[in-house]
Amino acid sequence: MSNSVKGRPSRVGDAPAFRRALIGIVLTLVAIVIVAPLVVIGYQAFSQGIAVYAAAIAHPDTLHAIGLTVVTALIAVPINTAFGVAAAWAITKFDFRGRRFLLVVIEIPFSISPIVAGVAYLFVYGLQGLFGPALEQADIKILFALPGIVLASMFVTAPFVARELIPLMQAQGRDLEEAATSLGASGWRTFFSVTLPNIRWALLYGVVLCNARVMGEFGAVSVVSGNIRGQTNTLPLHIELLYHDYQTAGAFAAASILALLAVVTLVAKVLLERQGAGRARRRPALAAPVAAPKTASAEVPS
Amino acid sequence: MARRILPGFPLALGITLVYVSIIVVLPLGALVFKAASLGFEDYWRIVSSPRAVASYRVTALSALAATVFNLVFGMALAWVLVRYRFPGRRFIDALVDLPFALPTAVAGIALTTLFAENGWFGQALAQAGIKVAYTPLGIMVAMAFTSLPFIVRTVQPVLEDLDPALEEAAQTLGGSDRSIFLRVILPLLAPALLAGLSLSFARSLGEFGAIIFIAGNQPMSTEITALLAFIRLEEYDYQAAAAIASVLLITAFLMLAITNILQARALRYTARG
Repeated sequence: MSNSVKGRPSRVGDAPAFRRALIGIVLTLVAIVIVAPLVVIGYQAFSQGIAVYAAAIAHPDTLHAIGLTVVTALIAVPINTAFGVAAAWAITKFDFRGRRFLLVVIEIPFSISPIVAGVAYLFVYGLQGLFGPALEQADIKILFALPGIVLASMFVTAPFVARELIPLMQAQGRDLEEAATSLGASGWRTFFSVTLPNIRWALLYGVVLCNARVMGEFGAVSVVSGNIRGQTNTLPLHIELLYHDYQTAGAFAAASILALLAVVTLVAKVLLERQGAGRARRRPALAAPVAAPKTASAEVPS
Repeated sequence: MARRILPGFPLALGITLVYVSIIVVLPLGALVFKAASLGFEDYWRIVSSPRAVASYRVTALSALAATVFNLVFGMALAWVLVRYRFPGRRFIDALVDLPFALPTAVAGIALTTLFAENGWFGQALAQAGIKVAYTPLGIMVAMAFTSLPFIVRTVQPVLEDLDPALEEAAQTLGGSDRSIFLRVILPLLAPALLAGLSLSFARSLGEFGAIIFIAGNQPMSTEITALLAFIRLEEYDYQAAAAIASVLLITAFLMLAITNILQARALRYTARG
């Protein structure tokens, strides 16, 4: 069973008994911790038969929740992507004061509890918040409506596209773009014909992860949406509502849609990683790369 | 020669600053402003109330337990994925990210169903006298699930880049596997492990969606801090919500600072190695 190269001593931990035992233990834990939750979703969703499952999905409130979730993603993800590209362009193609600080600020949403994000938005747009009274007078609804849900989603996913692009564009340098502009290409042309082809997979990778998070966000959205059934309930909120209503099969039917999205996201992730996406930030040194740009760590001279 | 050769700087930086200001800085500023407007005495009374302190304790202790579990399991998982070849290895590698891809509410109801007393795991555990769902143990399970990928994904690349020559040298000097692991490999992994630990711990402290389904949410025993902030909000006690949320915010900033320092060290360390 040993796969050590002949003539070379086997490496640490390659003793067959140890190896088999460790693989066995780890696979068992993976089955318990990761696979079982996925299986139980499918099992519960179809526990009362496919007709009940179909009826649960086709329920108007569920359909409305799916629609709201999709609309939220259709607004939040493109805006987020535009921001991510702009941030990466500014941070990697130019030197300016406060660049590192800007990077840290972009990363902040990663570290913050979604509940804190939701509460924070309440103090901006809520009646007791900064702009609440003025918005009320102007009859503009932000909270407990689509704009609030979109804003909260954009907060929690703000770093998603930028953090994929920044390490990659940092490693790629500025030479190609500088050559293109010196040959007379406009800024947009340079971006679309020089930069974009080099970053497309990483960009798509960031978009896929951003979309998964937007569609699945629970904490932040639950604070700002007001949880109005059939109106401001996104799919994750709708799952909570059904679950607490003891409509287990319905809750798991709705959950199965998001679980499917998660699986599709994982497949897309693997496919995009084969194209090289995600490699630039193999070390999740989220804010560090500007200080220490690294291409492949194996090439760093000792 | 102009320092800025490429075009688009004002536009790109402008979009970035506007977005960051409206989406990130403004809300957090509003929260800090609201919490600060409380005055020190009121603020302190809220954040040091017995119910709040109990929530800090259960949140921090569960996060600690979850992180320790992930340290051992994540390390073993990274080791198996990097060092061994077996059928299904790439499939497992892809599955590691499931906790990040699966929405937390979905994870929450799935884990609760598994660990409830009539669930697949809950039944077996109940016979052993262990209750998971609706106890602090359940909080730990939810935290461990949602933060599992951090340690695997920070350790994995370092383990891949580990120079076999170091192990071989130690082997020719007569080191046993155990002592080589503890005295050669583990010290090299330590910076990455620490960075992964702090990410995992920080994520656990802020987790909400997966926990509230499984926790039972009893004040003083299974109520996490994020939930307490949420409850105060639902009671229209906005000042208390702001104060409790600000505690989470300050903790998050502290963890962010610690993580950044640890990651910078991890980078330096591996770049030198």
